[in-house]
Amino acid sequence: MFLINCPYCGERDQQEFKAGGEAHIERPKQPTELSDDEWAEYLFMRKNIKGVQFERWNHAHGCRKWFNMVRDTSNDEIKAIYKMGEKPPAQ
Amino acid sequence: MTKNLRVKSSEYIDETNRISFKFNGKTYHGFKGDTLASALLANDVHLVGRSFKYHRPRGIMTSGSEEPNAIVQVNPGTNRTEPNVRATEVEIYEGLEASSQNCWPSVEFDIGGINNFLSPFFPAGFYYKTFMWPASFWEKYEFFIRHSAGLGKSPTTTDPDIYDHRNVHCDVLVVGAGISGIMAAKNAAKNNFKTLLVEEKNELGGSTIYENNEFNKIDNKAPSEWLKKEIEELKNIKNLEIKTRTSVAAYHQYNYLLARENLTDHLEAKDKTNKIRQRLLKIRAKKVILAAGALERPLIFNNNDRPGIMLSSAIKKYSEFYGVACGSKNVFFTNNDSAYESAISLYNKGINVEAIIDIREQSESKIVKKVKEAGIKIYWSHSIVDTTGYKRLNSISIMKLSNDGTSVTGSKISISCDCLGVAGGWTPAVHLYTQSGSKLKFDEEKKVFLPNQNTSEQISVGSCGGDFKIDEIIKNLNQKLKDTLNINETDLDSIKVEIDQENSKRNIWLLPSDKPIGKTKPFVDYQNDATAKDIKLALREGFKSIEHVKRYTTTGMGTDQGKLGNMHALGIIADTAGVKMGELGTTTFRPPYTPLTFGTIVGRNVGKFFDIFRRTPMNDWHVENKAKFENVGQWKRAWYYPINGETMHQAVQRESKAARESAGILDASTLGKIDIQGSDASEFLNRVYTNAWSKLAIGKCRYGLMLNEDGMVYDDGVTTRLGENHYIMTTTTGGAANVLGKLEDYLQTEWPELDVYLTSVTDHYATASLCGPNSKKILKKIIPDLDLSDENFPHMSFKESKIGNIQCRIMRISFTGEHSYEINVQASYGKDLWEKCIEAGKEFNITPYGTETMHLLRAEKGFIIVGQDTDGTMTPIDLQMDWIVSKKKYDFIGKRSLYRSDTMREDRKQLVGLLTDDPNIVLEEGAQIVSELNQSPVEMLGHVTSSYFSPNLKKSIALAVVRGGKDMMGKKLFVPMENKNINVTVANPVFYDEKNERLNA
Repeated sequence: MFLINCPYCGERDQQEFKAGGEAHIERPKQPTELSDDEWAEYLFMRKNIKGVQFERWNHAHGCRKWFNMVRDTSNDEIKAIYKMGEKPPAQ
Repeated sequence: MTKNLRVKSSEYIDETNRISFKFNGKTYHGFKGDTLASALLANDVHLVGRSFKYHRPRGIMTSGSEEPNAIVQVNPGTNRTEPNVRATEVEIYEGLEASSQNCWPSVEFDIGGINNFLSPFFPAGFYYKTFMWPASFWEKYEFFIRHSAGLGKSPTTTDPDIYDHRNVHCDVLVVGAGISGIMAAKNAAKNNFKTLLVEEKNELGGSTIYENNEFNKIDNKAPSEWLKKEIEELKNIKNLEIKTRTSVAAYHQYNYLLARENLTDHLEAKDKTNKIRQRLLKIRAKKVILAAGALERPLIFNNNDRPGIMLSSAIKKYSEFYGVACGSKNVFFTNNDSAYESAISLYNKGINVEAIIDIREQSESKIVKKVKEAGIKIYWSHSIVDTTGYKRLNSISIMKLSNDGTSVTGSKISISCDCLGVAGGWTPAVHLYTQSGSKLKFDEEKKVFLPNQNTSEQISVGSCGGDFKIDEIIKNLNQKLKDTLNINETDLDSIKVEIDQENSKRNIWLLPSDKPIGKTKPFVDYQNDATAKDIKLALREGFKSIEHVKRYTTTGMGTDQGKLGNMHALGIIADTAGVKMGELGTTTFRPPYTPLTFGTIVGRNVGKFFDIFRRTPMNDWHVENKAKFENVGQWKRAWYYPINGETMHQAVQRESKAARESAGILDASTLGKIDIQGSDASEFLNRVYTNAWSKLAIGKCRYGLMLNEDGMVYDDGVTTRLGENHYIMTTTTGGAANVLGKLEDYLQTEWPELDVYLTSVTDHYATASLCGPNSKKILKKIIPDLDLSDENFPHMSFKESKIGNIQCRIMRISFTGEHSYEINVQASYGKDLWEKCIEAGKEFNITPYGTETMHLLRAEKGFIIVGQDTDGTMTPIDLQMDWIVSKKKYDFIGKRSLYRSDTMREDRKQLVGLLTDDPNIVLEEGAQIVSELNQSPVEMLGHVTSSYFSPNLKKSIALAVVRGGKDMMGKKLFVPMENKNINVTVANPVFYDEKNERLNA
């Protein structure tokens, strides 16, 4: 059970949060300009890395804010947490 | 007459407090402080159970939670009965009853014992190999296998006890209150760390408080005396909480641990009532100090499982702590010095020790010399090759070990005995450590797996960290405490320790016999009857991974999870396969460390607290009026209101007719309501709904369809514009929370530039939906001064008004196709509003209707229910709702996906109406639809999604999704059922009032 440091609320138990998949996949600004393949890439394709992964998390049962997390999926170490819109930390 | 084997008074046993208890129906006596195991041993009862597979007689083997054999059914036949309880952990109390498991008719005479003699026919994998064929026989096999499987009996009545959960936060959690744990907790607390010390036993001090080796000294005192003084001092330390009878079950990442605190299991029945039996502590600790100790290993030799064969350390504990001798003619079998301490303990109490069999060539430690001086015969370089005694050990045979330890030589010596203590060295209890995700490393010299790579703030101290002698325990504990707590000095700095040095080691995982291995029974896992022979067979059959060998042989898969024999299993695999143990690794230690009761896991979440449910403000009225309820998400919604013993069908037919003929009323409070405000609210709605919102006038309502980014219908509902920058959105009952979550996601992550604020107000409003041709007259009675003319208050519009002095919001919207109003008031006035409507509607025979009638009425109109007529694979085009998809808007959620090659296929499943040729046959929802009857296999074209008998149309109607259904209008299809084929015709899904004339009726 992770202890997650919500950037708005501080450390809270994992059960207050919801994982939201891979981070930094921006919704295309002009979807109609995209081919089926390009749209499918945005819509369906996710990396699912073993190792350091950038993820979105939501403090669903707390402040309801979304934020980003850098997590090593091989040992669940949370390496960094930063707000939406902020630049990911250098690796 | 049973023998009394009490040997001396012990300060932990209250001999003035005599307790009687029953075991297998017979009454015995023990004292306050005894465990069931110690009390039985004091009565010379060793035979307590039968093994799982061969039903071999088994006795008490240990004194702790690692016990594999002495597992009993506590209080059988009562509502507090519990199976698979370790006798070594049950504290006795007046009236306790316990019985053996896995035996019939009794532990003394067990029919299943035949398996022992048939054991050559039950090798590893027997069940896998034997019951594979013929496949059709599996059902017959299964009956017998299931019958003979399982250990204890689960209770059949409701558990009368209370269980509890508690969240605990601390700076330092210390697991285990042996010498290391006590000193760690003491020093942490003294340095202002909020400290919690948990201990699974009822007494603090671990094995040190009954340590008897006179050659070990701390500050010139016996370690037990020294530690008792330290324990006494704990009482005066602030910041320190101590919980005994508390066993850590799981150690998760980020120092989150679950522990079970046992509060009443040791009390008499009369003292158990109305108290919390067990409490699950959910502990989040900044730092964890594991001081879990070590488990003594047995030795693996032929017939090493007879009642009377025990761990040497257990014999010592029974003698020193409980004051019980486990036998009158004792022998020890060892590969290290600790058996000598047990022998001296018995010797000092005048109990006969016949001999010590030691596989080492010699040892020069002081304790060994003392044993020699006591005249106890020591057989160096010898091994036990066999034992005898079916229900109780009566002799052992020993032979000289070869130099390489792989065979025995010379002549066989037989020694008569009734108790054998085995000492195979110590295994650090690293279970919790590895559960935390931390990694182990094999120490070749000590032959143990030790903590190596920590993943959280934790240290392992004492013997679970690999330190077995008091001097190294103190020294390493001191340094680790300083490092982890960041302190400069501790109470341990000035301690002087003297110890008796052990100076020789020999480790043989599987001891040889004079018989070939195939003719021996060297048990590795006592509970599951896995022998060294089985492990070797698994290797011969090609299993290589330790995890596979474990599952194939069931080694380590009992309730004890192989706490005793797992290391031997690994050792035997490594030796046989010729690999290093470090490379082999261990099996995964999974939680719980010791079994938990279901009660502890669920805590207070039982009965009506099992799951959350929500009720509307009008709920009491529904209950008083005998409504039947259905679950919709977490809500309890009124389903239908039967009167005079009506069936559901009769009630729904009556309600449906009344709603169309005069007036009906529905509790619509459960619909999700989201308040949307901000200068970009209109733009936001444009992006989340498929249709256009910018031009919606203030005071008007509009139906919206929300898609997922993949183009599939996600939710629907009516949204009303309350002001320039203010909307109220309604969602489906079940979808409310998810819709809010999804909208927040887009707002925060994709469109942070939008000035929009979302608030869930579902619970803030109660909603009554008035419908039917007389609804207008009823509303007029309730709010006489509101102009209800079509000009002032047309369909799809909104008015703010007052009922008396209560503010209300009224939407003229309709889910039934009738003229209708949804009246919203502050939730606390919900029941008043409802009763007012009912009162006002009396002269119009206003009929309350539930969700079933609502579903029927909307189906007559062909309105979809998201989640019933859609399933996450339906686009608006599939639903024939093209009209709601804006062609002009540049973008909205899911728009691009509507133009993917797959979503544009003509032969997708599309929503259509279905009419049965016989108007009285009502189709089953979920029934399959085909176009051919004489084909096999036949292509499934789709299925029925909604189906009702319409009382207003006097015929059966259905909605269905059918492949290419859009172009099938009028086509004849079939719904094949078990006994008949139903002929149907594809129809327009709007069955009733196609021109929407009734909305303004």
